[in-house]
Amino acid sequence: MTLKKFAVTFALGSVALLTAGARLSTAQSHVNSPDPLLGTPSVATETSNVDGITGHAESGKHLYRRFCIGCHGPDGNGQGMNAQWIDPQPRDFTEATFKCRSTPTGTLPTDEDLYNAITRGFVTTNMPSWRPLNPQQRADLVAFVKTWSPRWAKEKSGAPLNIPPETAITIESILHGRELFQKLECWKCHGPEGHADGPSASTLTDSKGNPIKPFNFSTGTRFMCGDSNRDLYRIFMTGLDGSPMPSFADVIQPNDAWDLVHFLRTLQVALPNEELTLWQTYKAAHGKDLKPIGPDSAGGAQ
Amino acid sequence: MSKKFREGAISMNTTWSRWKTILTCAFLVLALLLCDARAARALPAGKVMAIPAFARKYGLPCSACHTAWPELNNFGQVFRDNGYQLMNDRDSPIWQNPSYFPISFRITPSWHRETANNQIFDVPGTTTGGAIGAVTQSGFDLSGMDLWSAGTIYKNISFVLLPSSDPTAVWHFESAFIRFDNLWHSPWLNVKFGRFELDNLISEKRFLFLSNNGGSYQIYHFDNPGSSNNFGYGDNQIGVELAGHSANSYTRYSVSVLSSNEGGVNFTTDVVPGAPPSNRTYDVNLAFSQAFNAPGPPGESGFGLERVGVFAYIGQRPTSYQTLNGAQLVGIDNKPFYRVGFAADLSYKNLELLPLFMYGHDNPYLGTGLASNVPLPSGAQAPTFYGGFLEAHYYLNPQNVALARFEQINVGQQAFNNIVNGSGSNGNVTAYSFGYRWYPIMFSRGGVALDGEYSRVRAIGEVPLSGDGDGTVANPFNAVWSSSIYFGIDFDF
Repeated sequence: MTLKKFAVTFALGSVALLTAGARLSTAQSHVNSPDPLLGTPSVATETSNVDGITGHAESGKHLYRRFCIGCHGPDGNGQGMNAQWIDPQPRDFTEATFKCRSTPTGTLPTDEDLYNAITRGFVTTNMPSWRPLNPQQRADLVAFVKTWSPRWAKEKSGAPLNIPPETAITIESILHGRELFQKLECWKCHGPEGHADGPSASTLTDSKGNPIKPFNFSTGTRFMCGDSNRDLYRIFMTGLDGSPMPSFADVIQPNDAWDLVHFLRTLQVALPNEELTLWQTYKAAHGKDLKPIGPDSAGGAQ
Repeated sequence: MSKKFREGAISMNTTWSRWKTILTCAFLVLALLLCDARAARALPAGKVMAIPAFARKYGLPCSACHTAWPELNNFGQVFRDNGYQLMNDRDSPIWQNPSYFPISFRITPSWHRETANNQIFDVPGTTTGGAIGAVTQSGFDLSGMDLWSAGTIYKNISFVLLPSSDPTAVWHFESAFIRFDNLWHSPWLNVKFGRFELDNLISEKRFLFLSNNGGSYQIYHFDNPGSSNNFGYGDNQIGVELAGHSANSYTRYSVSVLSSNEGGVNFTTDVVPGAPPSNRTYDVNLAFSQAFNAPGPPGESGFGLERVGVFAYIGQRPTSYQTLNGAQLVGIDNKPFYRVGFAADLSYKNLELLPLFMYGHDNPYLGTGLASNVPLPSGAQAPTFYGGFLEAHYYLNPQNVALARFEQINVGQQAFNNIVNGSGSNGNVTAYSFGYRWYPIMFSRGGVALDGEYSRVRAIGEVPLSGDGDGTVANPFNAVWSSSIYFGIDFDF
């Protein structure tokens, strides 16, 4: 092959690839977008701070485009091309409403809440754990996610919930938690045995009107927002914003909340735990004395 | 390519050949320029394709697992290390839509031009070889086809079945294994059983070059001139592998015990019929790598994930055969060899560097190609080689990546200290490649990449790996230059 022939062939091929690439990229551009494949964020730039790491939205933008755009969409509204196939639907970042928070219901989550959500992922959904990304990358993603809603520029994150030390796991605590489960009508959605088959279960929708199922405690799956007792405490004290799960922070006292945690653990029959062992022992001896949970136990479940 | 095709290429009028090349390129340019860019706006962008079967299963963008398809990023590595599981309590196929079936295919129509010099061919008008020069071929072509099936049989039991064909549709099983994942609930214990790629830090099966000369790492297939050793570090092997990793796969190890038959099946040394019989010994491959985060300057995000690793392959190959009426039955009189080296995957923001160094050592009987039941001739010695490559990827964005690679292999010690070819550089290889991949269509059901490459290999005294030309070296004292110009449309569904 002569040098001239090679030069002509290679140059023409390179020009073809680059020209067509440029044409296609231009065709895909969003108007006024700094990135040809992303929509215009509501907030020009954001940072995040997690454990001494500062996240940068500009770096997070590239990561979002690579990892998140397929589900959360080029405009951050949860309308990525895969969204139509996904149940539950991807989070709409433009609303800045997040389920897993340490902050009171209705407030913005902390950077650490978002960081933990990215790190942990959400079991039983299409959101995987992004632990393979390094901490800096996850912090960058948090910063970029915050650019999608103007709320982040106008409001501050809520004050994180103060979780008191866990009370002792006793049968009295579990029994009191069972009473609360009846009294607070948790069974209406989660079902008397925690099978997600309460009378209201089939009617639930999220804030976007999409059908949503209550958590089924009996399957052995982990909780979406963390699987420790502290995580469970946090879930019903902050509520899961955007879902029918309310906050009970104004309804029950911290000690009562721990009792409820201890009872809920007994519903997780596929996951061996201390509360379940204690409860099964008690139930074997006193099961016939227990009032069933449900509409017929107006006077209390115990 | 077929002999007929090759002959046709050789007999081309050189002026017409030049015009045909220019016209071909012009048509390619025209076709690309006329591609409907407006319609392309409706295409889902921002995602790189993966094995689309996985993308379909999990609904993730393909760029989640790949830096540029098919090369894995760390998220993809963790997914693979977990046995193609996201560990989200929905990995077992019982959770999948019954209509989902884990199959993907990949094939690459292409136009390419191959040239090799220092070749022998017939003097025009005769049937007698006597002319020495370059053999050049060019035209439209097809790659082989991969028919991927991979996923989980049950939670923590995964599999891969990869029937693969050459361009003429002759099929073999490139990979086929079952893997038991997270034994005793530990990511450090996973057992793979079957035919699979060695646990290479830099995978040749997942890299971005496609041309005849650039489409393989020279050092992954190098053996000293005259050696009877058929081992290639880049070739899939057959056996069992124990592997483990940390939760984020920053730390990884593997130990494999493999048949000493180069991944052959049916007790032979290949996956196609007619291969020589294998021996009865076993090889061992060891690999370890560690990744860490490189912090960036103050006020900036970090450089990215840096991974370094070491590997060692210790094997045996037969030097003679138990026979019946002269026909080979079983390989015997085995002699050892080893390969050791280190590799890295280094990131500096959008730039990725992949360096690798390997040292190879063969027993003198393997190096000389002699049976070990006879004394070694005078001057015979253990052949060695060393070398490696440096590959660079620059990611303009997930849809565009520029590529370059340089390779050098030097023979450290020839099999004979009084080498007849007169040069200690006999067998040395120098190679370089440049390329560009553009992924215009990238969505989780399939994808297309346009691939342009130029690759060139210089081999002294040996036929280039590309297989271009007539497969001989006319003058062993001179190097063979083999080059490729390649445009392919790589598609995957």
